[in-house]
Amino acid sequence: MISFLLILLASFFFMGVVVRTKSIASGRKGPGIFQPMKDILRLLRKGSVYSKTTTLIFKLAPVAYISSVLMAILMVPHGNNPGFISFDGDFVMFAYVLAFGKFMIIISALDTGSSFEGMGASREALYSMLVEPAFFILMGSFALYTGRTSFFTIFSTLHYGSYISYMLGALATFVFVLIAMIENSRMPVDDPKTHLELTMIHEVMVLDNSGFDLGVIQYTSHLKFAMYGAIISNFFIGVLPLWISVPLFLVVQFGFAVTVGVIESFMARFRMGHNPQFIFILTSVSMLIFFGALLVLGKFL
Amino acid sequence: MRYTSIYNNQSISLNDIPELGYTEFLNVNCGLLSENPQRHCVNFFGYKTGEVVRLLCCIADDTTHQIYLSSSIIEPDSSLPSFTAQNHNFEKFEREIHENFGIKYSDHPWLKPYRKTENYTFLRSESEELNEVGVGPIHAGIIEPGHFRFICNGEQIMHLEIQLGYQHRGIEQLFLQKKKLLERTTLAENIAGDTTVGHTTAFVNLWESLCGYTPDISLDFSRTLALELERIAVHTGDMAAICGDIAYQLGNSVYGRLRTPIVNFLQEWGGNRLAKGLIRAGKINYPFTKELATRLSEVFQQFEPDFDEISEKLFKLPSALSRMEKTGIVSYEEVVEIGTVGMSARMSGLNRDIRTSHPFCLYGSVIEHNPVLKRHGDVYSRVQIRKEEIKQSITYIKKLLADVPDFKKPENILLTPAGGKFVLTLVEGWRGEICHCAITDNSGNLILYKIKDPSHHNWMALAQSVRNNEISDFPVCNKSFNLSYCGNDL
Repeated sequence: MISFLLILLASFFFMGVVVRTKSIASGRKGPGIFQPMKDILRLLRKGSVYSKTTTLIFKLAPVAYISSVLMAILMVPHGNNPGFISFDGDFVMFAYVLAFGKFMIIISALDTGSSFEGMGASREALYSMLVEPAFFILMGSFALYTGRTSFFTIFSTLHYGSYISYMLGALATFVFVLIAMIENSRMPVDDPKTHLELTMIHEVMVLDNSGFDLGVIQYTSHLKFAMYGAIISNFFIGVLPLWISVPLFLVVQFGFAVTVGVIESFMARFRMGHNPQFIFILTSVSMLIFFGALLVLGKFL
Repeated sequence: MRYTSIYNNQSISLNDIPELGYTEFLNVNCGLLSENPQRHCVNFFGYKTGEVVRLLCCIADDTTHQIYLSSSIIEPDSSLPSFTAQNHNFEKFEREIHENFGIKYSDHPWLKPYRKTENYTFLRSESEELNEVGVGPIHAGIIEPGHFRFICNGEQIMHLEIQLGYQHRGIEQLFLQKKKLLERTTLAENIAGDTTVGHTTAFVNLWESLCGYTPDISLDFSRTLALELERIAVHTGDMAAICGDIAYQLGNSVYGRLRTPIVNFLQEWGGNRLAKGLIRAGKINYPFTKELATRLSEVFQQFEPDFDEISEKLFKLPSALSRMEKTGIVSYEEVVEIGTVGMSARMSGLNRDIRTSHPFCLYGSVIEHNPVLKRHGDVYSRVQIRKEEIKQSITYIKKLLADVPDFKKPENILLTPAGGKFVLTLVEGWRGEICHCAITDNSGNLILYKIKDPSHHNWMALAQSVRNNEISDFPVCNKSFNLSYCGNDL
């Protein structure tokens, strides 16, 4: 339960830190840390407008999307404290609950019948598909390394062996930071700030959503960031007591948000055709972790 | 004489332009262009004289500095062979003539309305594999309306058709209806809001030539200076926008900030940031003083180091280079065929710059201009040209500032246009060649005012550049051309 509350807390300030970092990097003062949350609250108070082309799916999708993410968050542990839902092999369910939410958003984009949204949906589906092997190879390697198969047991036994686990944790952090960037359609894969529909991925899929629905979708993105931040922090928390692990969790989330902000400030977005190549890097880094785990266990050579 | 030749800003008696039979007219003009990349069509239009239409074609030659004029009388609603079938330079011009006078061209490959937006039929693909994407006319950002219809194979653009005309205000007609000089100057300022100085300079140069008035050097000085300042300001703003389109935030904010001191200086000089009210025929309301010259030097002292620093960053950033290089290529052959002007010609190695080919104001005398040429014709070339032209303009302005001419208040000259004249003015605005033409009747009243913005030629280059590119690269291609909608729609 503690991890759920912490992730909710982090989701309130995460995007604010990203925006603030970007503002400072470009020489502006920038809005307050809670401005993105205030914008979402403003959206949540508004009604939604629906196009006549859309059906029930379009209205269901935002709620299905946020529910899927909330359910995934319930599975994320915090160090020694298991998530609300925890069982052997839960990380497989974690991945596919998220995939369900994404599927709903994709078909709701197709439901609008707009050529833009179809384009965005196809891009989003492609990139999510490419990310999947990286996630499973990574989690599989850790399962192999620790001999456990649930989030909670993997993370709580990760650091019993040698210090090499911290190295694997650092590599895993790299992979998860990039997975989070891709899943949330941030730079360098997608540009969330642009107004140009033709270059968007995620933003163009939600062009037709408005008011409450849009607020829900945007907040889900904050939640997802905080969720990945929580998983990253788990690689380092291990079995530390709460009075160290909670501040450490917040530091990791903060550092993650600043990293996202810095990446978005100082580089240009990739050419769309180069994105798959970039995403495959994640799979190759996961393979490194896999071989690292094999080496440690002496199953290699 | 099959054609007569004039120089930039020269007025000529309307009767001196030779009148040819249509077939000869066609052969002469197409012959002038074929195998001659240094020549292009600057203007080709018709106007009604009584019951018939007189077509007038103006071909500019970049090496001899001349403009070749010829004309032909045809019946409205007649069916004729088209120039376009032989040379695509004339494509947009003939579509305009077709729209205005109902001339049916028998072999025009793309005979569609030019500015009319109703009942427009787009090219459709028969294939089920290809998908169509329509963008606009409402633009996602804050710029102007225009409709873009893509035929794509997934993410790849096969074909782009651009349909314009949503901004049509009837400016050319308004020039005839508004009789006061001030009204006309204000109209010229509003042909395209981003090229205020360019179009106004073209108008005042034309008007002074028509009235036989030779401007004082201080007037030429202020126009040249304003043109170069406008070039720096818009190019810097464009670089910010291109950085925005490739999502390079640092470049976007730094270039965006650098544009401000330049436009603020225009406000210090002429009272507003868009240089409206600065250029006037036969006079200037805001003479350029020595104090302003000192101020401008100070502005550049602060502008240059920051500009150099961010340019160095941008042109060395791998992620930015990978977005710009080999994106939106237009080859030399295509550029010659389309007859593009300005930056859109120089990006592919076509040396076309009115400042050297048809000098006006202080160009060719005080400023010996040397055009910036690039070879590749991609987004990167267009960004490089902008960067180098900004540096070049700063050098020119510094040279101008070294010798600010004393302002002499001209005596109150009555500007009255001469009768039965034709005038053609070319000005190199920041976007490229601006062409204004005027014809007066025997009592000196305007009977035709013809405006051509560089965008008129260059829209086709944009449509060509995006072929086989990813559709997600369209915005950055579009921005790298930065063409005018209202300048085209008039």
